[in-house]
Amino acid sequence: MSAPGRAGHSPEMVEYSGAMNLDETELTLGLPGGESRGKSGTKRGFPDTIDLSIGAKRRSLTGGGEAAKDPDIAVAERREDEVSGTISSKPPATKTQVVGWPPVRSFRKNVMTKSCKFVKVAVDGAPYLRKVDLEMYSSYQQLLAALEGMFSCFTIRKYLKERKLMDPANGGEYVPTYEDKDGDWMLVGDVPWKMFVESCKRLRLMKGSEAVGLAPRASASTCTSSSS
Amino acid sequence: MGDNHHPLAEMAEEDGDHQPLRGSDPPDQVLDTVLETVLQFLTCRQDRNSASLVCQSWHRAEALTRSELFIGNCYAVSPARATARFPRVESIYIKGRPRFADFNLMPRNWGAHFRPWVSAMSRAYPWLEKVYLKRMSLTNDDLALLADSFRQFKELELVFCEGFGTKGLSEIASKCRQLRVLDLSDTEVIDDAMDWISSFPEGETPLESLTFDCVECEINFEALEGLVARSPSLKKLRLNRYVSIRQLYQLLIKAPQLTHLGTGSFSQSENIQHLDDNQDLDYHSAFAACKSLVCLSGFKEVMPEYLPSIYPVCANLTSLNFSYTNINPQQFRSVIVHCHKLQNLWLLDTVCDEGLQAVAASCKDLRELRVFPVHPDEDIEGPVSEVGLQAISEGCRKLQSILYFCQRMTNEAVIAMSRNCPDLVVFRLCIMGRHQPDHVTRKPMDEGFGAIVKNCRKLTRLAVSGLLTDKAFSYIGQYGKLVRTLSVAFAGDSDMGLRYVLEGCPRLQKLEIRDSPFGDEALWAGAHRYYNMRFLWMSSCRVSRLGCQEIARSMPHLVVELLRYEEEDAPFVEEDNNNFSVLYMYRSLEQTRNDAPESVTIL
Repeated sequence: MSAPGRAGHSPEMVEYSGAMNLDETELTLGLPGGESRGKSGTKRGFPDTIDLSIGAKRRSLTGGGEAAKDPDIAVAERREDEVSGTISSKPPATKTQVVGWPPVRSFRKNVMTKSCKFVKVAVDGAPYLRKVDLEMYSSYQQLLAALEGMFSCFTIRKYLKERKLMDPANGGEYVPTYEDKDGDWMLVGDVPWKMFVESCKRLRLMKGSEAVGLAPRASASTCTSSSS
Repeated sequence: MGDNHHPLAEMAEEDGDHQPLRGSDPPDQVLDTVLETVLQFLTCRQDRNSASLVCQSWHRAEALTRSELFIGNCYAVSPARATARFPRVESIYIKGRPRFADFNLMPRNWGAHFRPWVSAMSRAYPWLEKVYLKRMSLTNDDLALLADSFRQFKELELVFCEGFGTKGLSEIASKCRQLRVLDLSDTEVIDDAMDWISSFPEGETPLESLTFDCVECEINFEALEGLVARSPSLKKLRLNRYVSIRQLYQLLIKAPQLTHLGTGSFSQSENIQHLDDNQDLDYHSAFAACKSLVCLSGFKEVMPEYLPSIYPVCANLTSLNFSYTNINPQQFRSVIVHCHKLQNLWLLDTVCDEGLQAVAASCKDLRELRVFPVHPDEDIEGPVSEVGLQAISEGCRKLQSILYFCQRMTNEAVIAMSRNCPDLVVFRLCIMGRHQPDHVTRKPMDEGFGAIVKNCRKLTRLAVSGLLTDKAFSYIGQYGKLVRTLSVAFAGDSDMGLRYVLEGCPRLQKLEIRDSPFGDEALWAGAHRYYNMRFLWMSSCRVSRLGCQEIARSMPHLVVELLRYEEEDAPFVEEDNNNFSVLYMYRSLEQTRNDAPESVTIL
């Protein structure tokens, strides 16, 4: 299985990192490089997406079959299926960075980045990725409550000390972990909140069984301190 | 806004030599004097343009009585020609770069220099009182020349400008003794380490408006406090983010007469070490004392716990700018529920669809809404969507202008807005994912935008986005008869798209297109329009150098510029058709300009 710190990247994804922008191999629902993200109108609960996720992920990586076709062509084929109505004749654009798009003035962008701290949130087994702005919360409790809201199937266990997220459908526990500035994967909740906000680069809700290797940075006694 | 004018008249405003063809009457002094006396009351420039075409007498009289000069494109007419035709100008309004330059699509040194204008005016208009510049480049020396040349100078407004620093501001502050307005909006100011606030003279000042919220340098707060205290006419004050909430308090208690306030950071400074720092001041009362406050902005680093202090003024607010304010829906709701008179509202999408629903419930008088993305990205699920747009359309029926950034949208919501808000004059929807279809039906967004042009009979400005076929453009050409400004990005299937617009929209003045499959044939199809337009911008489309050359050859009064984008820091998609990325063309009475950089080829 995937090692901690790789956010669930399977070997196939790593193989294709040369062909595609690594960002495009992030866990997202739908096609990498696709403008139409394939998201349907209503958000589906996690249990609904489980079966789909395994299938979709594989299709999007290998291009619709067991054999590895050229991923870019496969992407184009999928897009023709997905977009009903008039099929435009232009070639599907790859998802490169485009100058000046979206049309937000750099003045506005520069000022805003000062007060935001967006980090990606990955959930093991979920086919989609979310982003949260850590600046919007002032405690671990608020953050976990927000995560619960987003990945709507979890409930925070009563014992906040443990800070695990339960998935009733799956029966497993999800442990919130994060990658810090140094690239190490840590358990969420071990350091004071502000320090966490500063050092957190991305979040991952790991399956309980996977998190065994992650030792808390401090001793168990700090875990009992209030979540602030 | 709402300019309905004959295309020829627009040309006349820039055409000093275009004399009407009536038989020339011998000059009649009495008639001329009467004419001048009457014409001086004409203020609307479109009316003046029409008047100038009646006959030579009128042309002359109008030119002598025009006191406000509007130059829509600084390269359409030279300073020499403008000052020769209009000898008695007191205020001038000049626009430089086209709007897409704001998004790094143009080299920084492209042009639009203020220097030739200020030089010509320093000789021609010694009594000049007002200068308004948009997207121009100006230096400290230019500001120094301005300050030295115009004894009666009263108002300086700079919007989206750059090139100067605090030294230049200091010149204006110290030398323009009659200065009433100094407004800098979204303008880059270089930190020359000059305390420009202290440069204002001692004694009472006639200052009415001071806007420096975009200035990214620290200011001398003590000097500012003193300035505010000795400016009894001050009505508009917009502070930058280096002013803390404590400092704001000090200013508010000295200036309760303010009508427009930019609050600065609206948070505690991290540096202050005062002992009584923990003691919160009575911000609530300070705001309550500002009985005339109607316009609020700033909140650049807002601490949400201080937001309740603005409650006392909410009921009177007609304008609120929260577009730099990162607050969540609940925090926002607690403010907006009090704002029943609001007409202009700018927001960040962190308020989410819920926040927009709160707006719809409280702000029945809303005329203008802008929703900006806190994270201008293409690959996240955005906090606002068709839900917010639908809510606004149902609650804010008087809406006239909207700018809405989102990640996903539906035709249904756009159609709803077209029906619920028939007064719309400006509709700008930016679905940030390129080529994004309606996320429910997966169909193109053609029908939504089609409904907008069909149902909103007063529409003059439109920006489209999302997956769009040529059909969308056929709708625009068919129904968008009043559209003056059209912005297109990543849309259309073929030349027909552009043709529909160029052939169908008689009022079109400004057309800006990027990354759309329109080529030389479409370019040619619009040749009959270009003298009646202010400009055409096409970047990363399918026009070729040859096509552009043909246009340039056949239309001598059209300046056709090809720009190569060469800057290193930004990544750029290589153009394979004859090595240019931007076509920017505009009508002009002048010869090719001589201030263009190397990356610009003028055909």
